[in-house]
Amino acid sequence: MNTKTTVLGQTYQFRDLKEIFAKANEDKSGDQLAGIAASDSRERVAAKQVLADLTLADIRNNPMLPPEEDEVSRVIEEGINEKIYNEIKNWSVAELREYILSHEAGESEIKRISRGLTSEMIAATAKLMSNLDLITAAAKIRVVTHCNTAIGQQGVLASRVQPNHPSDSVQGIKASLYEGLSYGIGDAVIGINPVIDTADSVKDILNMTKEVMDKWAIPTQNCVLAHVTTQMRAIRQGAPADLIFQSLAGSEKGNKAFGIDVKLLDEADELMRKEGTSYGPNFWYFETGQGSELSSEAHFGIDQVTMEARCYGLARKYNPFIVNTVVGFIGPEYLYDSRQVIRAGLEDHYMGKMHGLPMGCDVCYTNHMKVDQNDMDNLGILLSAAGVNFVIGVAMADDVMLNYQSTSFHDIAAFREVLGLRPAPAFEKWLEKIGIMENGKLTPIAGDPTIFM
Amino acid sequence: MEQQLDFLVDKVVAELQKKLAELGEKTSGPKAEAAVEGKAAPQQGIAPVTATKPQETHSAPAEPKGTALIPNPKWKEGLDELLASTPARIGVWRTGVRPLTKTMLQLRRDHAAAVDAVYGEVSQEVLDQFSLFTVETQYDNTENYLKRPDMGRVLTEESVRLIQERCQKRPQVQIVVSDGLSASAVDANLKDVLPSLMDSLKSYGLSCGTPFFVKGGRVASMDHIGEILEPEVLVLLIGERPGLVTAHSMSAYMCYRPRKGMVESERTVISNIHRQGTSPIEAGAHIGTILAKMLEQKASGVKLVL
Repeated sequence: MNTKTTVLGQTYQFRDLKEIFAKANEDKSGDQLAGIAASDSRERVAAKQVLADLTLADIRNNPMLPPEEDEVSRVIEEGINEKIYNEIKNWSVAELREYILSHEAGESEIKRISRGLTSEMIAATAKLMSNLDLITAAAKIRVVTHCNTAIGQQGVLASRVQPNHPSDSVQGIKASLYEGLSYGIGDAVIGINPVIDTADSVKDILNMTKEVMDKWAIPTQNCVLAHVTTQMRAIRQGAPADLIFQSLAGSEKGNKAFGIDVKLLDEADELMRKEGTSYGPNFWYFETGQGSELSSEAHFGIDQVTMEARCYGLARKYNPFIVNTVVGFIGPEYLYDSRQVIRAGLEDHYMGKMHGLPMGCDVCYTNHMKVDQNDMDNLGILLSAAGVNFVIGVAMADDVMLNYQSTSFHDIAAFREVLGLRPAPAFEKWLEKIGIMENGKLTPIAGDPTIFM
Repeated sequence: MEQQLDFLVDKVVAELQKKLAELGEKTSGPKAEAAVEGKAAPQQGIAPVTATKPQETHSAPAEPKGTALIPNPKWKEGLDELLASTPARIGVWRTGVRPLTKTMLQLRRDHAAAVDAVYGEVSQEVLDQFSLFTVETQYDNTENYLKRPDMGRVLTEESVRLIQERCQKRPQVQIVVSDGLSASAVDANLKDVLPSLMDSLKSYGLSCGTPFFVKGGRVASMDHIGEILEPEVLVLLIGERPGLVTAHSMSAYMCYRPRKGMVESERTVISNIHRQGTSPIEAGAHIGTILAKMLEQKASGVKLVL
């Protein structure tokens, strides 16, 4: 394995894979905070150059976090198709990048090869891609999943309606839900982040959303994003949950900070298979985001792009209905400004799709980041062009419970209109029946929440 | 059996939390708590407590929103009902697929207030009013402060010297004020919080050391200050990450015998201190009560019984 190169007359000798991977990243405040970022542009290029020539076997044979020490590494290892891996193990990362971007590699070819790739290999290609490379590659891959309804088809941009309320008032949640539905939002999921993490409260919200879905015959799925154990309790008590949710980290230690491990996820998976009320076969909703491992000191000196890819390696085991990177929620110490957030959103979407996952993105920011709503407009359009499965819809983008800004109902309607994208097919039919949409356009009554009262 | 137990535990917790929620404790949920330091902070973190009844349950945006924005709602009274049920920006209507100018500008105004709070400076007048002298962490500048939370936890050498020179050592109660992520939170709330806290301490017969102001402080700067002054208990009044509903929210972090290596669960916090949340005057009084209990029980955070 060659770890040395010369750039513009200067020779760089890297210690190991961790250092090459970290320094090959585009600039991120999180890698700086971890003390592993490239010191300047020249060193960054040197690392990219070395990375480009590494073979896939080099990456697999020198694990940054060995499977013996970490269960996420074990899940990734066990998921590899050895036959496919053996066909490509002598490819360099550069060759893999070029194959993915080539005209020979269509959706089927990329999906096949992805079964022989570890998360680290996928992360490696992301480090050698420009923003437009990330968009071009991801746009080739459609991932269609089905819970009660199907999303992810070509030409479809689905959305989660996120009608959060600062004290979980069922009436207040319903008000924002009606507003969202009236803009054609909610085909991926009606998903609420609760303030109160108890089975009773989760049940109340699930029951209310289910009643609205039944009353108006809305073809979608519901979910309350409490801790997985709380949802399991609610489900055992008979709560109608179409999806089960959990945040993931890219290491066993990081997951421990979230109060989960693979055994618990297996248990929840089993529960949904035996007692879930949705059609399936996909019933998981996962969320991730660059930097979460560093924030729980569970990154093992590995950069945040690679750790994020490892989340997808874990998610892949459970064939989720939707996966969502909450890209700008974590704060400026991980992603400082719009440039870094936009880059991370595109990286995450690409890496998720390369894992065969139904990737969505919470295009978002907190008020102490150097980001504003214009940057969200940009990232939203870029991801929509890249074929993102779904984005998040919040009333005027302002989440009054989580205190951050995302994309609005108006924004999603605009992404669809500008790029000629449609809601999920079953949901669009429903919108037409209710009279909110005609030929893919909002009708004059759209935007009036009282039509659901 | 286990399920039954879970059920009971849920019931009790739900009751308690519903009470909290009714008080409009917006920022005390685990998700929101995690949001302070980033999404991925472990869900069992700081032990939050409610202070007092807030003056309003919902702090709706200052500008009127109301029915006028939807020209012909199907049910006008119904719309009023929806608007009254949530502080969310609903019923805003649209032009094509874009928001109306008024709604868009409202959002920009609220965001501007939040950004100003992060980049603003605490007024010297407010600090002078309470004779607070100023020390600094190693934050250097706002950009670095945002990128390097670790540097906001350690004071400069010069500041350590200044504190040693000017402060009473081993006080019973040490009060520290910091801008944190919102300078305007200090400007807006200190003049109410601090006097009522002093009164409260007096009524419990507790003595207070020399208070001061830390520029560029993070919550864990408490640990470093604890090492320098060795107080029995320390309270840090610090600006919270600004939201759009209010950019002036303050938190009070309290700790029994703070020192290096404290974990989040050893601190007690009252969050959401602002005019539409936990009233600053009542918060001050409540902080005094909690500090008295900490001294009595020789504990803070999850170990403290309130």
